[in-house]
Amino acid sequence: MALLEVKNLQAKVEDKEILRGLDLIVKAGEVHAIMGPNGSGKSTLSYVLAGKNDYEVTGGTATLEGEDLLALEPDERAAKGLFLAFQYPIEIPGVASMTFLRTAVNAVRKKRGDEELSTPDFLRFVREKAKELNIDQDMLKRPVNVGFSGGEKKRNEILQMALLEPKMCILDETDSGLDIDALKIVAEGVNRLRAKNRGFLVITHYQRLLDHIVPDVVHVMAKGKIVRTGGPELARELEAKGYAAYDNAA
Amino acid sequence: MNAEVKMMRTAAETQYSDALSALPGAEPIRALREKALRLFAEKGLPHRRVEEWKYTDLRVLLREMAPLAGKPDARAIAEAKKNDLLANIAAREITFVNGAFVAELSNLKGLEKGLTISMLADALAKDPKLPQMLAGLNPSKYDAVFALNTAALNEGVVIDVAAGAHITKPIHIRHIVTGTSPLSVFGRVLVKAGKKSQATIVQSHSGPDAVAYQTNTVLQLSVAEEAELDVVRVQAEGDRAIHLSMTIGAAGRDSRVRSFALTTGAAVSRHTVPFAFAGKGVRAAISGATLLRNKQHADMTLEVDHALPGGESRELFKTVLDDESRGVFQGLIVVRPDAQKTDGRMMSAALLLGEAAEMDNKPELEIFADDVQCAHGATTGALDDDLLFYLRARGIPKKEAESLLIQSFFGEAIEQIENAKIRDAVMNLASGWLAERALQ
Repeated sequence: MALLEVKNLQAKVEDKEILRGLDLIVKAGEVHAIMGPNGSGKSTLSYVLAGKNDYEVTGGTATLEGEDLLALEPDERAAKGLFLAFQYPIEIPGVASMTFLRTAVNAVRKKRGDEELSTPDFLRFVREKAKELNIDQDMLKRPVNVGFSGGEKKRNEILQMALLEPKMCILDETDSGLDIDALKIVAEGVNRLRAKNRGFLVITHYQRLLDHIVPDVVHVMAKGKIVRTGGPELARELEAKGYAAYDNAA
Repeated sequence: MNAEVKMMRTAAETQYSDALSALPGAEPIRALREKALRLFAEKGLPHRRVEEWKYTDLRVLLREMAPLAGKPDARAIAEAKKNDLLANIAAREITFVNGAFVAELSNLKGLEKGLTISMLADALAKDPKLPQMLAGLNPSKYDAVFALNTAALNEGVVIDVAAGAHITKPIHIRHIVTGTSPLSVFGRVLVKAGKKSQATIVQSHSGPDAVAYQTNTVLQLSVAEEAELDVVRVQAEGDRAIHLSMTIGAAGRDSRVRSFALTTGAAVSRHTVPFAFAGKGVRAAISGATLLRNKQHADMTLEVDHALPGGESRELFKTVLDDESRGVFQGLIVVRPDAQKTDGRMMSAALLLGEAAEMDNKPELEIFADDVQCAHGATTGALDDDLLFYLRARGIPKKEAESLLIQSFFGEAIEQIENAKIRDAVMNLASGWLAERALQ
C-alpha cells in the first residue's frame, strides 16, 4: 500500500489557484524529490499536506496509509506520522526548547497510545538522538530557534524529526540558507533516519542537496502539478539545463 | 446670591459619607479620618472626565457601597483558615479577615532581630511621625481611593525593618474576605525599610466568588537609603468583587525596589502605583501580569516620579485578555528638572484572546530634564498564527499550543520576581488560570 497518496489535489490561497491537480504516490522506504521553478507550488504542497489553514483545498484527496489527511487537524496529522521540516523554522521567544520538545513528544506519544516519557527518560531520549545526529545539545538551552544560525535551525528540525519518529517526512527546501558544511550535517541526519517503514519527500530548487540525499524518484513540478517523473539522473539533467523547458509546461 | 454648581452625589457617595462618619475612633486617627472624609465629600468618586480615571469610571462601576464589615466571627475565621493562597512560600503570615487582624492565623512570634511588626494603634502610640505618613506622601493630590481608605482608617499593620537588618523570610500580608453577603473591607499596610536593610513583602487578596464585596487597601512603602525591598502582590479576589488598591512608594538614595503584581481576580479592579524616586541613584523595577476573562475589568495605573538624578526605572506589564474582558494600563513617567541621567523604560504588552476583549494602553512621558534616556512602548495583538501552526505541526494540540504561547508571553513578567519560591508559586497560579482556560 502507498504510504502517501495524493490524487488530483487542487488548492488555492486568497482566490489564487496554486495546486492544479497534483498526483503523487510515495511508498514506505522510498525517497522522492520534487524539483521545480520558483512559484510552481512546491511549498504550498508541503503546507497543504501539513494542514496550514491559509490554504483552501478545492478538490482531490491526500491520504497517509489510506487515512484521509485533509480531514485532520495539523496536530492530528503529526500524530499519525506526518512531519514537515520547515523552510523557515520559526523562533518562539519565551518557550524553552526542552519544554517544547517534551510537550511535542508526549502529545504525539499520547495520541499514538504510547506512555508519556518522564523527564529523566525524555532527557535520555534527547541526548541519544542528538548524539546520533551530531547535534550539540547546547542550543537546546535556548528558547525555540531563538538566536539560532540557519544551520542550527535546520538541525533542530532534523532533531525534532528524529524525536517524533514520523512515517512520512516532508523536507521543504531544507537546503536554503545553508553553507556546504551545514548542508552535509543535515543530509547525514536525514540519511540516518532513512528506514524501510519511512518515506521522504524532499522539496528543493537545487540539485546539490540531492548529491547528499540520493532520491529513488525525482519529480518535476510546474504550475501546480507534476509534469515529469524520473530517476536521480533527472535531477542532474535539470541542474545542467535549468527549468526553462518547464516554465510553459502544464 | 452665589450660584453654586455641584455634581449630584451618587448613592455610593452618600453611603460612604454616612457609613464612614459614623465610625468610632480616637485621636490622632480621628483627625485624619475627618479630613479625608471632608475631602471625599467635596470631590467624590472619580468619573471618566477625570483624566486619571478615564477608562475606569467609578461613578458608574461602583453604584452602591456594600455595608461595612463587622468583626469576623468563628465561622469567618474557620473559612479563612482553609484559604491556601501562596501557602507554600515559607513566609511569615499576617492575616486580616474581612479587614480585621486575626492573631490565630498570623505568626508574629520569634521575629528576626531588627524586624518589628505592630498593629496600627500600637504603632501610633510610639511613633509621632506616623500620622504624617498615613496622611499620604503627596497630600496635595486627591485620590478617591486613598481618601476613602484614610476615612476608614482603623486596623492596619506597620512593618518596620531596622537599619542594616536582612530579613530573609518573606512577610506575607493576607487580606481574606469570607462569607456569602456583600461587605466593604478596608486595609492599610505600612512598610518602613531602614537604611541598608533587606526584606521581601508579599501581599495577597482573595475572597469568595459570587459575592459582590468591595475591598480598598493601601500599601505604603518607605524605603531608606541603600535599602533593598522586594514586593509581590497577588490579587485573586472573587469574581464579583470590586477591588481598589494602591501601592505608594518613596525610595531613598541608592535604594533598590522590585515590585511585581499578579492580577487575576475581581469583576472590577484598579491598582494605582505612585512611586517617587526621592533620592539619587534609585533603581526600581515595577512589573506585573494581568490575566482576565469573562467581563473582568482591570486597571493598572503607574505614576513614576523621578525627582533626583541617576534614577533607573524599568516597568514591564503583560496583560492577557480572554472573552469580553477589558484591560487598562496607564503609565506615566515624570522626570523633573533635577533628575538628570534618569534612565526609564516602560513596556506594556497585551495579548487579546477574545474577539470582544479590549485593551486601553496609555503610556505617557513628562520630561523636564535634558540629559535623560526614556522609552516607552505599548503593543496589543493576538496569538501569532504562524507560531501556532509550527507548534501544532509538531503534534501539540491547539489548546496546549495556545497555552505554551500565552505562558511564554506572561512568563517574561513573572521572571522578574527575585525569590524563587514566590516566583514558582506565582507561576503556578498563572498556570492554573491557563489550565482552567484550556478546559473551556
